Amino acid sequence: MPNPWPKPEVDGDSRPFWEGLNQGELRIQRCEDCERHIFYPRSICPHCFSDRVRWVLASGRGRIYSYTVVHRAQGPFAEEAPYVVAIVELEEGVRMMSRIVGPREEVAVEKPVRVVFTRVDDELILPFFEVLKEG
Amino acid sequence: MKSERVAAIVGVAESDLGETPGKTVLQLQAQAAKAALEDAGLTKDDVDAVFTAGNWAWSPTMMLAEYLGIRPRFTDGTNIGGSSFEAHVGHAAAGIRAGLFEVALVTYGSTQRSDRSRRRPPASPQLTAQYELPYGLPTPVGAYALAAMRHMHQYGTTSEQLAEIAVATRKWAMLNEKAMMREPITIEDVLRSRWIAEPLHLLDCCLVTDGGGAVVIASARKAPLAAKPPVWVLGHGETHTHNTIVNMPDLTVTGARESGRRAFEMAGVTHDELDVVEIYDSFTITVLLTLEALGFCEPGEGGAFVSGQRTAPGGDFPMNTNGGGLSYCHPGMYGIFLLIEAVRQLRGECGPRQVPGARLALVHGTGGVLSSTATVILGRD
Ligand SMILES: [Zn+2]
Repeated sequence: MPNPWPKPEVDGDSRPFWEGLNQGELRIQRCEDCERHIFYPRSICPHCFSDRVRWVLASGRGRIYSYTVVHRAQGPFAEEAPYVVAIVELEEGVRMMSRIVGPREEVAVEKPVRVVFTRVDDELILPFFEVLKEG
Repeated sequence: MKSERVAAIVGVAESDLGETPGKTVLQLQAQAAKAALEDAGLTKDDVDAVFTAGNWAWSPTMMLAEYLGIRPRFTDGTNIGGSSFEAHVGHAAAGIRAGLFEVALVTYGSTQRSDRSRRRPPASPQLTAQYELPYGLPTPVGAYALAAMRHMHQYGTTSEQLAEIAVATRKWAMLNEKAMMREPITIEDVLRSRWIAEPLHLLDCCLVTDGGGAVVIASARKAPLAAKPPVWVLGHGETHTHNTIVNMPDLTVTGARESGRRAFEMAGVTHDELDVVEIYDSFTITVLLTLEALGFCEPGEGGAFVSGQRTAPGGDFPMNTNGGGLSYCHPGMYGIFLLIEAVRQLRGECGPRQVPGARLALVHGTGGVLSSTATVILGRD
């Protein structure tokens, strides 16, 4: 079976994000003027339009804002279903799409999660998340 | 009603629907355009503005107008997904109000069922798509599933309540001979249909069909020359709140809150004056979120609002009277068919599914992944 994972076309906005994953870092941006965090990466702050945005390390912790269990997947993902895709809201207040790995019965909206850097093939590491054990 | 009569829909038609092997998107649009102009009693040479949306050409309006032999003085290829055609009606009314043209032709066509051209993630997602496509969310259904899951968490909305929408819509389809799916279904059938993306089942999802449609809009000066009574464009509003689902500000609130409010204000009408509503139903959750955002009920009350088959034939809230994208047809971008049905209802042309005495209709399109919305309020004299 051919390599299933679509490879991001790394560009001038995204390079630090993808390179960070290879070093075990989840990098997001922060605006130096309004001090809000930003994800996905961009050259201008979508809150105050400042161009003084810089890269920072995210804590890697957050919560599940919503999720779905994908049963009928398209294209290169068809063989993998079922799997859990979620929108994770990081502690820094930004949201990102990801997958939740680990036991299905632990997955629920608002559950706390932490990042798990997951090598999906020779070329790509993705920031997946796992549900944090209580206590 | 305080609104002025500036522009009216004077012609509507579908092309062949369902499965149309061998037909091209241009053929379907030409068929619909010819039939809509005949419905209006106007000719191709009356048309001085063209509107279409699609991804079948680098510039769809140029390809289509050339194919039809039209040299427009106004052209608009706005593509915001399924709601594009409600936006086109708004843009056409604005252009007519500004005196830029007098007769607009809006068309759509798709052969997605025959092509089986359901979108796949590209090999190398570019620009902002690169942060989402590697995770394998099926588009668009996965995004709507995320919204449904959040709504269920926040408000206790149930799969049974979503199923009410699919069942009621099927009852309307049974009254429409052009509808693709006309066998009755029950709430149990919806809940027993297979998962696509939890919490959405197969029967929570729209059809995949071919088909085309066309709408002719005329100025108040031209409208009286048309063959049938005008259906006035009384109000319109549009917005988009995000592009990808992660960037939707609140997964339970769509842009209908803004586009709907502006349409109601422009039309000078209230919710309880409406006789019939046609609401984009790509998925059952699309309808539920839209009813809340348009203000037919409070946030979180959509499930209760649609319960008890309230939107079915004979119910007190006639909705999606052609059978909707869920049961009639859904060729990729469905918005033009909402307009066609609303106009037919307001003209009293709907036979067994006619809403008696319908004078005022709301049409609401949703595009992308709950990304764009456009609302149009239509009325007859
Ligand atoms: Zn800022």
